[in-house]
Amino acid sequence: MGIEGIGARVTRKEDKRFITGKGRYTDDVRLHGMTYASFVRSPHAHAKIKKIDVTAANNMPGVVDVLTGQQLVDDKIGNLICGWMIHSKDGSPMKMGAWPAMAPEVVRFVGQAVAVVIAETRNQARDAAEAVDVTYEELPAAADISAAIAPGAPQLHPEAPGNVIFDWTIGDEAATNDAFAKAANIVAMDITNNRLAPNAMEPRAAVAEYDTAEEHFTLYTTSQNPHVARLVLSAFYNIAPEHKLRVIAPDVGGGFGSKIFIYPEEMVALWASKRVERPVKWTSDRTEAFLTDAHGRDHLTKAEMAFDKDNKIIGLRVKTYANLGAYMSLFSSSVPTYLYATLLSGQYNIPNIYAEVISVYTNTTPVDAYRGAGRPEASFVMERLMETAARQLKVDPAELRRKNFITSFPHQTPVIMAYDTGDFNASLDAALKAIDYAGFPARKENAKKEGKLRGIGFSCYIEACGIAPSKAVGSLGAGVGLWESAEVRVNPVGTVEILTGSHSHGQGHETTFAQVAADRLGIPLNQVSIVHGDTDKVQFGMGTYGSRSGAVGMSAIVKAMEKIEAKAKKIVAHQLEASENDIVIENGEFKVTGTDKSIAFPMVALAAYTAHNIPEGMEPGLKETAFYDPTNFTFPAGAYICEVEVDPGTGKTEFVNFVAADDFGRLINPMIVEGQVHGGLAQGIGQALLEHAVYDKSGQLMTASFMDYAMPRAEDLPSFKVSHTTTLCPGNPLGIKGCGEAGAIGSSAAVINAITNAIGNNRLEMPASPDRVWHAIHQQQAAE
Amino acid sequence: MSTIKLTVNGKAVSADLEDRTLLVHLLRDHLGLTGTHVGCDTSQCGACVVHIDGRAVKSCTTLVGQANGTNVTTIEGISRGDELHPMQAAFRDNHGLQCGYCTPGMIMTAIDIVHRHGDELDEATVRQELEGNICRCTGYHNIVKSVLDAAGRMKMAAAAE
Ligand code: FES
Ligand code: FES
Repeated sequence: MGIEGIGARVTRKEDKRFITGKGRYTDDVRLHGMTYASFVRSPHAHAKIKKIDVTAANNMPGVVDVLTGQQLVDDKIGNLICGWMIHSKDGSPMKMGAWPAMAPEVVRFVGQAVAVVIAETRNQARDAAEAVDVTYEELPAAADISAAIAPGAPQLHPEAPGNVIFDWTIGDEAATNDAFAKAANIVAMDITNNRLAPNAMEPRAAVAEYDTAEEHFTLYTTSQNPHVARLVLSAFYNIAPEHKLRVIAPDVGGGFGSKIFIYPEEMVALWASKRVERPVKWTSDRTEAFLTDAHGRDHLTKAEMAFDKDNKIIGLRVKTYANLGAYMSLFSSSVPTYLYATLLSGQYNIPNIYAEVISVYTNTTPVDAYRGAGRPEASFVMERLMETAARQLKVDPAELRRKNFITSFPHQTPVIMAYDTGDFNASLDAALKAIDYAGFPARKENAKKEGKLRGIGFSCYIEACGIAPSKAVGSLGAGVGLWESAEVRVNPVGTVEILTGSHSHGQGHETTFAQVAADRLGIPLNQVSIVHGDTDKVQFGMGTYGSRSGAVGMSAIVKAMEKIEAKAKKIVAHQLEASENDIVIENGEFKVTGTDKSIAFPMVALAAYTAHNIPEGMEPGLKETAFYDPTNFTFPAGAYICEVEVDPGTGKTEFVNFVAADDFGRLINPMIVEGQVHGGLAQGIGQALLEHAVYDKSGQLMTASFMDYAMPRAEDLPSFKVSHTTTLCPGNPLGIKGCGEAGAIGSSAAVINAITNAIGNNRLEMPASPDRVWHAIHQQQAAE
Repeated sequence: MSTIKLTVNGKAVSADLEDRTLLVHLLRDHLGLTGTHVGCDTSQCGACVVHIDGRAVKSCTTLVGQANGTNVTTIEGISRGDELHPMQAAFRDNHGLQCGYCTPGMIMTAIDIVHRHGDELDEATVRQELEGNICRCTGYHNIVKSVLDAAGRMKMAAAAE
């Protein structure tokens, strides 16, 4: 590797603009004649709209127009879609209720838009939105899973009787029941995975402009996948044909899944810009974000694990209720099914698995993918079960895991996934060493002397990343292919521009992608630039989520680079009268092996463009495109161990140590990878200790601001000890597995396992607030 | 409407604004200084932090009238030409940012922290003092490292002057 190539800890190319305030986010976009949109939102969780009176609003200063859901229907703008078809166990397709971008008749969650005001200034738009007079007839609401599935529950959508969207299963029920019948021990528990708000720091925003002469739209938006946004807006929502819509996702201030989806506000901004014939900007405030950004998690699970007399797992049975909120968001159906239940084998050899997933509608914000999407839920179930099993079977939690680890690869689980490679013992060993596991009993004793309860908790996670291949996801119900594209453009002077269909919203693609190209060509990093996030520049792409940018996006770049190198070698061979096979690339030069003949890369580039002396019949230029579709998911895995101290007087948990040992395959830039892990850990620990989106019984969101929703702050978190073990992914040319979600997937269980270990009471739900922990301690003391 | 006069990054600014206008909107919408961000509506996240007369302040809860006659410095005003402020350089060198959205506010807060604590800063103090700033990307690990690193760099820069 060169000093800036693969494996180097180079600082990020994109940082200069961010640290100097020159980043360009959607809300920074200002267009000539721009107007501002403010939405009128339902204060009720479930209600009929009787009447919307816009007269007063229309007469307010600065108001350009007031538009309602009925006008959207009249203009034949389509309803929002869910792009992944799931079938129930009886073979029937999922039951989807219509989701209009603004409700014309019925609202089903607090914050659902019913009208929009377009005005000259932000404040005028807000003032007028307040003046829109909506008459509602309130309906009874179902604000959680239990309320939605209770007999006689309020019905959300006529299409989904009993509020059940699908009742889906995976695995072999009979074989699993058999295993349980033969079990020496069974460990059973109820597990709740609490609801979260993703809270990217940049609120969602959209700026839409319509060109009346060209009948062409431009949309600046906070999106993780601008091409998919354009495709969906064109193909399903009837906004504009694809070639008449340009979607630009400029600098995006974090996504964590919440910016994958197409939201009502983007559609309405586009549609309104045509109606008022002026650019329209909408920027979410934080409360709107809490109410309308897709939430994450929210599962109720009954899980049972069967062991033989040697403590080997022989079966796993899981029944999960998943809350999808009031409407089905773009990928929502895939999250509790193919992204969750297929990971229920964890790192373990489990011969029999049967899982049932029942998804329900509730009068709450739609739920969709959030950092890890399904895999954190699966990992939490598995690792809480394993820890509980170790306690029940009275064996060391590390040893129980080790005994059941999968050790030979490839490994086919009973729930679809074929793990390609891994070394679970290696990561566990690394984590045990980093935390000094052997020294724990002594540390616990010392803590006890100081009146503190000390605990240690494990979590050995696995995830399926790089979501792909297209054929596989297609067969599972996905509405799109999941490949990635890249175009490599070598300029006549030898600088390189790489156009990628991936999208960076904090992951540092401008640096890591450039490192790959610089490494292959042996040129300095500053001669490579990465272009992304604009559908007019990049032809197509699937965007960034599911840690797919490295494994899939970079692989596409490698494929395009291979074509570039092959053509460049032909030119060099022709000019130096050598055989193509003898040309090697070293330090920015194309050399004939075994001779001193060489041509520097910029001269090769120039030769391709002057075309004075290239092989007969060769096209001039040096520009290649590749679409890369992998052959399998990738399987990052690792071991996390958390050591905590709990104050029995207050219930407050303090971190003593948190160690993470991950296997992400090849690391392009370890500094960036570690940063990704830190961020993921913070989100997983945030869920375990602090974060919770809480609804009251009537469906009001009680945590709709940062005053009520406990975001992790610097003081809430420890410094992390992260390390890496490596098995290379055989499924892509770079051997990359992906690192973006690992921290969020693995950490919650480690924290809860550590706290329950400390307090000696295994019943503890997330978030483990001091209040909950204190009560759990006292409950335990009362029981003893 | 009131006429507001203040100095922003060393330049005199005068504008006729509605009394309810917030400083952050004067900066972003009227002066085009979009480095200062808005991340919340309850003064919790710190994405909007600027310096008023040398002290860190949340510009999302400062009315323009309150800033009348003051000296405001934003993220755009802390480097000297091409030379980054030591805090900016430390954030880059320690990978103290990912999406960059919280970053301007973090940097402005962090500079104030170092000014107030000098070299008595330790990890615990930095974590405690960052209470008013939220970052969703970095888990704070590298932000804390950046601030501690910058404290040393700022001391050296001050000594050199
Ligand atoms: S925008 Fe000022 S504190 Fe959040
Ligand atoms: S870097 Fe993204 S919020 Fe801090």
